[in-house]
Amino acid sequence: MIDIRKLKELVRLMVDNDLTELNLQDQAETVTVKRGYGQAPMIHAAPVHPSVALGATRAGGDEEAGSAAATPPPPPPPAADSEAGLVAVVSPMVGTFYSAANPDSPPFSAPGTVVSTEFTVCLIEAMKVFNEIKAGVNGTVERVLVQNGQAIEYGQKLFLVRPS
Amino acid sequence: MFSRILIANRGEIALRIIRACREMGVESVCVYSEADRDAPYLKLADQAICIGPPSAKESYLNIARIIAAAEVANVDAIHPGYGFLSERPEFAQACRDCKIEFIGPTPEAMARLGDKVACKKAAKEAGVPVFPGSPDALEDEDEAASIAASIGYPVIVKASAGGGGRGMRVCRDEAALRASLKSASTEAQAAFGNGAVFIEKFLENAQHVEIQVIGDKFGSAIHLWERNCSMQRRHQKVIEEAPSPGLSREKIRPVAEAAVRLIQLAKYHGAATCEFLMDAEQNFYMLEVNTRVQVEHPVTEEITGIDIVKTMIRVAAGEKLPYAQKDVQIRGHAIECRINAEDPARNFMPQPGPVSKWEPPGGPGVRMDTHVVTGYVVPKFYDSMIAKLIVHADDREQCIARTSRALREFKVEPIKTTIALHQRLMEDELFRKGTMDIHYLERLLK
Repeated sequence: MIDIRKLKELVRLMVDNDLTELNLQDQAETVTVKRGYGQAPMIHAAPVHPSVALGATRAGGDEEAGSAAATPPPPPPPAADSEAGLVAVVSPMVGTFYSAANPDSPPFSAPGTVVSTEFTVCLIEAMKVFNEIKAGVNGTVERVLVQNGQAIEYGQKLFLVRPS
Repeated sequence: MFSRILIANRGEIALRIIRACREMGVESVCVYSEADRDAPYLKLADQAICIGPPSAKESYLNIARIIAAAEVANVDAIHPGYGFLSERPEFAQACRDCKIEFIGPTPEAMARLGDKVACKKAAKEAGVPVFPGSPDALEDEDEAASIAASIGYPVIVKASAGGGGRGMRVCRDEAALRASLKSASTEAQAAFGNGAVFIEKFLENAQHVEIQVIGDKFGSAIHLWERNCSMQRRHQKVIEEAPSPGLSREKIRPVAEAAVRLIQLAKYHGAATCEFLMDAEQNFYMLEVNTRVQVEHPVTEEITGIDIVKTMIRVAAGEKLPYAQKDVQIRGHAIECRINAEDPARNFMPQPGPVSKWEPPGGPGVRMDTHVVTGYVVPKFYDSMIAKLIVHADDREQCIARTSRALREFKVEPIKTTIALHQRLMEDELFRKGTMDIHYLERLLK
């Protein structure tokens, strides 16, 4: 069964990046999404077992599938407005992001955490060395932009902080 | 074969390696500095990772950042390209420590052939012709003077740890020699952190001839014949060609075979180039060994039909060399023109900035190795080479004619380039005869 959240994500990806056609294939399924300007994206999913069919033209049946096909995805929020007034904490290095000291500990920071310039907001690990990343600004964390265990590149935005 | 390779380089060579990976079904991960963020060739890699700010020291020369990128991208191997970290044994060692395959020699083989003094020793053992000169770093002036007397002036004082023309002084008599030893040593200490110097016989009017070799991890090695790179400016090559004009296979074969023995002796696997100076009598004297792929590798690829970059990747992955020496045949002649973003009319001043018009040549026998497209912005932080125009034809005369034809089609605006200089050199009498020496271009430009 195709994950509807995945499909919605695919559609959003297409609109954000102005793609006209997206074709994904793995061992279980093939998904093709085509988009024409001014039209709602059409979704054609072809899983390995043809008995489970999901098409944009289906009336009734699976409620979620129907709504995904019929409703055009909302336009993505303009990036500039959503970051207005916020300061980004960027990575000074390449490595893997860890939100907490170890898997059992609470995260260093989350939306609402009050931070100062020397406050450790996360760890970035490279070559088995864990580096404490400092906020570099006084304020409150508004958004966490990355996930625990994610690969991070130099200059990548990690957090958005509302400065005090 | 590797699943994924990280390319620790930029520009045209990064694109060259991306292409080889793509053809072999290997995923490519390319690092980049902030100055290269918008470079179009990055989109041709499967993944691109920003590793630092524009300065090379904090990006392409930064071992920690590159290894970190290799780890997060989960690669099997790293290709260092040329320049940057490609000849740093500590980088090859760092790769080994992190269990990532370095596409090149072991740190030990690289260090041995990269050190001029150790390399010369190994070369003698392998039967590679070397410069008569001091056997090791010099003890004192008197030793230098007596060695110079035996090999005959002029001699050249060179830094043991150096290269690229620095720390070098030509001496035509003993007085000059004694004066130069002190200053050369001081300069070497400042530039390379090592004040050791040695002396060699100096050749006037020599040509630069180099042998391409490649070996696998099983001790097999072959040569891919030679290249002539005599057109140089400030020790930087401007035009390269293969094979060397007027050089018979009988004359070059023993030298090429000795170069093969040298890399086998040093237990060297991967691509290497053995550089020589050749005098008017076609005697050869080894300069140094470059333990990496070279900028001018395409001319050898064109005349032999062998993909050097793919072969490097294959041997690094543990495959046997797919060619025996008898499989290496020369067909025709190839010339490479290094196109730089420089203004020849203003002492080759670098020309960074946007390229609004980029009309490269095409047609039969014309190969363009470049990362530049229309709209590309040449960054100011790195070297000025923006393209390599490689031309192949049935013989040297037709190759020169074809190169002239291609250069005429090549239009770049608004930045100045060395295209017009290359056009002039294709018409040059000495170049057409093939008798230019390594100082000819500089004399011509004066």
